[in-house]
Formats: sequence, structure tokens, C-alpha cells
Amino acid sequence: MSSAEHAVGHHVHRDDEGARLGMWLFLFTELLLFGGMFLIYSIYHYVHQSEFHLAAKQLNTMFGTLNTFILLTSSLTMALSIAAIQKEKKALSVFLQLVTILFAVFFMVNKYFEWSAKIQHGIYPGSEELLMKSNGEILFFGLYYLMTGLHGLHVIIGVLIIGYMTIGTVKGKINSGNFVRLEAAGLYWHLVDIIWIFLFPLFYLIV
Amino acid sequence: MSQNNLNQDLQHGNVSYGLYFLVWFALLVLTGLSVTVVGIDFGKFTVAIAMIVSCVKSYLVLTVFMHLKSENPVFRIFVGVALFFLVVSFALLFSDYSFM
Repeated sequence: MSSAEHAVGHHVHRDDEGARLGMWLFLFTELLLFGGMFLIYSIYHYVHQSEFHLAAKQLNTMFGTLNTFILLTSSLTMALSIAAIQKEKKALSVFLQLVTILFAVFFMVNKYFEWSAKIQHGIYPGSEELLMKSNGEILFFGLYYLMTGLHGLHVIIGVLIIGYMTIGTVKGKINSGNFVRLEAAGLYWHLVDIIWIFLFPLFYLIV
Repeated sequence: MSQNNLNQDLQHGNVSYGLYFLVWFALLVLTGLSVTVVGIDFGKFTVAIAMIVSCVKSYLVLTVFMHLKSENPVFRIFVGVALFFLVVSFALLFSDYSFM
């Protein structure tokens, strides 16, 4: 038991396990949100197979692969930052959290260039160019913007949450004796990673 | 027994960085694999293979990065129930569409 935990242990009742379980319950609601969209994707893919494959060919696999590597690495730095705080290495933990945020920003910059290129080619929801295509392709690109867009929103929220935790770590509110909030932020970040693990092949690799 | 040790390790801050790097490396290799495999035409199985690879990657993230391996078993039961109902939703939807 660390000194910090010892100091507060007599005054404050804490249930870290309960806090983590609460975070998992929240993650299940996220599973419902994205699960519903994966259901829609899967059934339209089943109904419009050749059109989905045709549309997927128009996405840049390089962007998707690069972003996969970026997000997987950010998950590593997030997990390492929690290990570091447990080992009472505050500076290392702060550094790793900042690196995680940096990777998230890289991810969004990539996404910006990817979306810009598509929009410049006239492919965005409701565009004339897109509406001339087959129903399957319209559905594919609609789901592409909806699902990667909502995922991108989660990345942005993740940046804000991790940033808040970084401030807490610097101030010493998150320390080796009390880091359950950083763990909860980590759980959220890893869920964002898992969602991308499924989005990536479904949109970029089904060609 | 080993799970108890892991749990204690977590609580006592004895988690190793090495395991995380190992899992990260495995995730990168699996991603590289699925990108390479796209070139080969497996026909109907292309999507199935991609989803199996994604499930393996998710399993690694859930057990190691999200600490499910060292958590109280009740966490694994919760996650199992949540995933079970997601699978039920897919099964019901596809059984419906298959007979239309």
C-alpha cells in the first residue's frame, strides 16, 4: 500500500472495483449504440454485396491502415500510462498520456484529409454525384460517414477526457494510490480502439 | 491461483510494460496480416476471415489492455452477457432476412 493510499484510507471510503464496474456498464451502452449501427451495416452488406464491394474500393486503404496503426499504438501508450502511475512514475505517466493525446490528434488530422478528399470528389451524403450511384453505394457511403463520424466524435471526447486526467495527474489528484479515474479513461479509450478494429476491415478491406 | 497473483500484481503495481508491448506487437502483426490477405480472393469467406481477425484483436485488447484477465470474474460474466445479447440480435436479424 502506498503512502498516499495510507494517508486517505482512514477517512475516505472508496470502491475502485465498483467504479470500474460502473464504467463497464457505461461501455455496454456504447456497445448498444455502435452495435445497432453494425447491425444495419451487416444487413445492407448482405443485401447489396457487390455494390458494397464496389464502393469500398473507392476508399483509400492507406489512410485506414495508417489510422489503425496510430490508434493501436495510442492504446498501448494509454495502458502504459496506467502501469507507470502504479509504479509511482508520475512524469512518465503524464508523458505517456500526452503521447496518447498526440496520436488521437494525428488520427483526426488523417480523418480530416480523408474526408476532405472524398468531399472534393463530390461524395458526401446527399450530393448529386452520390445520388446518381446505386442504392447499395449510397447506403455504404451514408454508413461510412455516420459510423466513422460518430467514432471520430468519440476520439475527440476521448482527447478531452484524457486531457482532464493528465491535469489531474500533474496536480497529484491521480496518483499511485488513487488512479481509478485514469483507469476508467483508459477503458473508454480502449473501447474506441475496439470499435475501430471492426470499422477498419468493414469499410476499407471488404474490396 | 495465477489470476489471484495477477490481481495482486495489479494492486501492488507490479504490472509489466513488456506484456503490453507484446500485445501491441501482436495487434500490429494481425493488422498487417488482414491488409495483406485482402489481395487474396477467398470469395465468400473474405468478410468472415476479416471478422475473425478483428475478434482475436478485440480479445487481446479486452483481456490485457482492459485488464479483464486480472479483474474479478463478475466483470467477465457481465461482458459475456452483453456480447451474448449482441450475438442474439445478429442471429435474429439474419434469420429474419434469410427467410424473406
